[in-house]
Amino acid sequence: MNQLLIKLYNSILFGFAFSPSLKVNILESSRIAYYLNCKLILLHVGEKTAEKAAKVNQIISETEQSNDAVEVVWKEGDPEKIIITACIDLKIDLLILGALQHENKFQFYVGSIARKLTRKVHCSVLLLIKPTEKRVPCKHIVVNGLDAPETPMAIEHAFYVSSLLGAQQITIVEEILPKEIQVDVADDRSLKKANIIKQRIRHREDSRVNTIVCSLPENITKGIKVKTQSIFGKRGYSIGHYAEVVRADLLVMNAPLKTSIWDRIFPHDIEYILSDLPTDLLIVRK
Amino acid sequence: MTAKKKNSNFIATLPKNLFSGFVVSLIALPLGLGLALASEAPPISGIIAAVVGGIVVSILGGSNVTITGPGNGLVIVLLGAITTLGGGDLYAGYLFTLAAIVFSGVLMLLLGFLKMGRLADFFPASAIEGMLAAIGLGILAKQFHIMIGHNNEHGSIIHLLLQIPEGLIGLYQDYHIEELIAAIIGVIALLIMANYSKIRNKYLHLIPAPMWILILSVGFSYVFVSLGLPYPLREEFLVNIPNNVLSNLAFPDFSKALDIDFITTVFAITLIASIESLLSIKAVDKLDPERRRSNVNKDLKALGLATSLSGLVGGLNVVTVIARSSVNVNNGATNRSANIFHALFLVIFVLLFQDQLRRIPLAALAAILVFTGYKLATPKNLQKVARIGKEQIIIFLATLLTTLFTNLISGIAMGILVTFIIHVVLNRSLSLFVNHIAKPNILMFKEKDAGNYYISVKYFATFLNFYKLKNKLDIIPENENVILDFSHCSFVDHTVMEGLENYVDTFTKKEGSIEIIGLDKHGADSKHPFAIRKILPLNKLGTIEKYFTKRQRLLKTLAKEYQWSYDPKKSEKTKFLNKFIFFKNRKVPYYYNSFYDNTKTFHLFDVEFNEGEFIAKEVVKTTILHIKVKHQIPVFSLDKEGLLDFVYGMAGFKDIELENHQDFNKRFFLSGEHTKDIQDLFTNELILFLESNPYYHIETNGSSILILKKERLLSVKEIKAMLYFGKQLNHLLSETVVV
Repeated sequence: MNQLLIKLYNSILFGFAFSPSLKVNILESSRIAYYLNCKLILLHVGEKTAEKAAKVNQIISETEQSNDAVEVVWKEGDPEKIIITACIDLKIDLLILGALQHENKFQFYVGSIARKLTRKVHCSVLLLIKPTEKRVPCKHIVVNGLDAPETPMAIEHAFYVSSLLGAQQITIVEEILPKEIQVDVADDRSLKKANIIKQRIRHREDSRVNTIVCSLPENITKGIKVKTQSIFGKRGYSIGHYAEVVRADLLVMNAPLKTSIWDRIFPHDIEYILSDLPTDLLIVRK
Repeated sequence: MTAKKKNSNFIATLPKNLFSGFVVSLIALPLGLGLALASEAPPISGIIAAVVGGIVVSILGGSNVTITGPGNGLVIVLLGAITTLGGGDLYAGYLFTLAAIVFSGVLMLLLGFLKMGRLADFFPASAIEGMLAAIGLGILAKQFHIMIGHNNEHGSIIHLLLQIPEGLIGLYQDYHIEELIAAIIGVIALLIMANYSKIRNKYLHLIPAPMWILILSVGFSYVFVSLGLPYPLREEFLVNIPNNVLSNLAFPDFSKALDIDFITTVFAITLIASIESLLSIKAVDKLDPERRRSNVNKDLKALGLATSLSGLVGGLNVVTVIARSSVNVNNGATNRSANIFHALFLVIFVLLFQDQLRRIPLAALAAILVFTGYKLATPKNLQKVARIGKEQIIIFLATLLTTLFTNLISGIAMGILVTFIIHVVLNRSLSLFVNHIAKPNILMFKEKDAGNYYISVKYFATFLNFYKLKNKLDIIPENENVILDFSHCSFVDHTVMEGLENYVDTFTKKEGSIEIIGLDKHGADSKHPFAIRKILPLNKLGTIEKYFTKRQRLLKTLAKEYQWSYDPKKSEKTKFLNKFIFFKNRKVPYYYNSFYDNTKTFHLFDVEFNEGEFIAKEVVKTTILHIKVKHQIPVFSLDKEGLLDFVYGMAGFKDIELENHQDFNKRFFLSGEHTKDIQDLFTNELILFLESNPYYHIETNGSSILILKKERLLSVKEIKAMLYFGKQLNHLLSETVVV
């Protein structure tokens, strides 16, 4: 496992709060750090008290894996800003955040800290919707295969993570914009035409994705079953729904290019998934 | 098909279309005159609409066997427009309305260009039923008085309806010979309309009922001529047609174009004309023997242009009409030429039989309309709606009454509002709709292994977002197999269920299929297949067996076919499953929809189980086939690598290699404790069987076999395949052991 040529993550940051799910969150992130072979930094924004410190140490001691690489950092101030600067200062590659599975309208506009951070930090982000005390093996990863410059990176990360977490299957989902079909289905003839075009796009997309997969180092792709699936639908949304339908354990996505309040009122791409997280979500960003 | 072949085909079918065009024109003539009269417009305006519509739409339209002309849905709107815009002067009102018709044609043309062929999808089915009933009552209320010779009754629909008994009594009390003759003609005509279909005579049926009425009533007037007596009905009781139709065309008056009344009229006409046309086009597509799909937007554009042109020369709106179209199909029409022939025959009738047309009594036409109105407003429609569910009655009545007391636009708006409120109340949640209305809730993809389409619907599916589902269904060729999964969807309304039934029909006719799954756990209030279905909270699950879903009904018939038993009830006796490795750490609270033969050797059922706990909990539903074997067989499990996500949890066993079967080893993951026994069990025959069949997860516990395929419920088609597979497998396995 350690003989991988590449190493995409070195240090992981987990920002924790004293919530009822504190324990499972820490257990889960230490487990991830262990599997990804990374250093884990636990950051708490708030006052450090002996009582709190003891509680955290108590949980750390309960982790199944060796906890040499765990470091606890205490800072005070505005959580959002501190975590963003910490990510840069501590040279973090992966930020882990706990997220609620369904956002309600209020949270959606005000933005819970986790989701705000997702949009602002400059490293990859892993949103956990269902941390558990005992390990639930990650078996099936769904990754986006959009025709975008960042996609090869997202796919590489997906393979990297699955080879470390021991996932058996990766499904690369090619979301194809309906406008690419260029034919409006109005009657039988246009329907036939549209289907021929779709078939052609499907082949084109499959071969594009296959090229990406083939260019990856063999030691991270070996032993993993790769499936491709093209979906014609709303970008960013369909992949989330797909992950839910096939009950994937992790969804890997490109980072959004830009997000403003405008994008949140008229959600697109990743906003759909953030508003209704189907699974754990890894947003890849370099 | 080459262009040449198409051409020769067109010419070969021309006589057929000529004939059906002729038959349709026989109905279109009386209906055109009548609908125009019912709108208080000159009778000829209805014929103009049919002629212009027939010519323009057949050349430019996108549908195949539809007939266009004046529609009955518009009578109420046009009547209202002519009376209000004219302020008492009907002819002036007619000219203003012509201007409104021209504008509405332009609007329809725009709708066509904006691809708003979806417009009709946004109306709840029961609200449309209510609206149609109101239109029917409106036509009936006014025409009944004309039918009994009272030409001068005016007022609101309600007022006119309440006048009916008084009008009947008036026939006795204020005795007028002319009115009485008109009334007799009217009542006889109504009797002909009502009983025409009951008389089985092939010669009688060569001519449609409305035409019989015209022939008989005009013939009646010639009886007087031959006896040399004056005709007892004066001109005011007869149809009025200008002496020279072409030189007496009316032209629109645009001087009121900026009035509020005028603008609302334009919108009302456009709305009703579009809805009526769109619904009719869809309905006619279902009648088309060649199952072609109409280009709705192209048709809308053609109808818009035809309406504008018709309005410019004094005609009414042009819409696609269902009744005349179905007569067209029944008489063997195959393409649009039938529509143009119907128009040409109308021109011939009007030019050649002007004198005869002037002899038609208004009462006879009114009787035809009374019957049309009654058919729209028949109490059977309310019964039909009531059978679907109580809430549909409320929607129906709210739309009907609002339309009767105000106007069509408010009526349909009320229908939409009431439907939405009912949905909110039923779900006790406004947020279900508000939060998810803008989200794309449909996922569709082609399943790679099976080649069928899979559609999953999330959140809710009602008239509000049905168009999204329709968009997806529309782009699937109808000869494909579709699996439509509602298990992530918590609420499905009547409009969607009814709409889906139409799709299922079309797919079945074109040798494809749509199977709806995931609705078995949704509760319904009635056993009607289109009833609203809402996901039930867990504690209420006892009621699921109350009303069957389509899948459950199919399972039941399947059981009959096989002479097996089917039991939809949930059963908690799931202990027998615990012996399987697969269920060792999965708790199965119950199974349902079980389906078994009389010895219970084969037992097929749906299970629902949870994986994980609390927030990580995921509910998995799947269909399982359980087979009891006669002899003990070794414990093993067999999988295609990567078929199911969950089987990887079965640790402890190694992949067993079979000698000389490299391909099998590569494709399957076989595991078990007693390697030797298992290797003996897998004969060449069994291996060939497994390799040449679709992949299933197969597992034994020594005395029985468990087969499952997907992490979702299987459709009935898939169940049949699974049963067949299971039987063959059981046969092969028991054979091996005996040897």
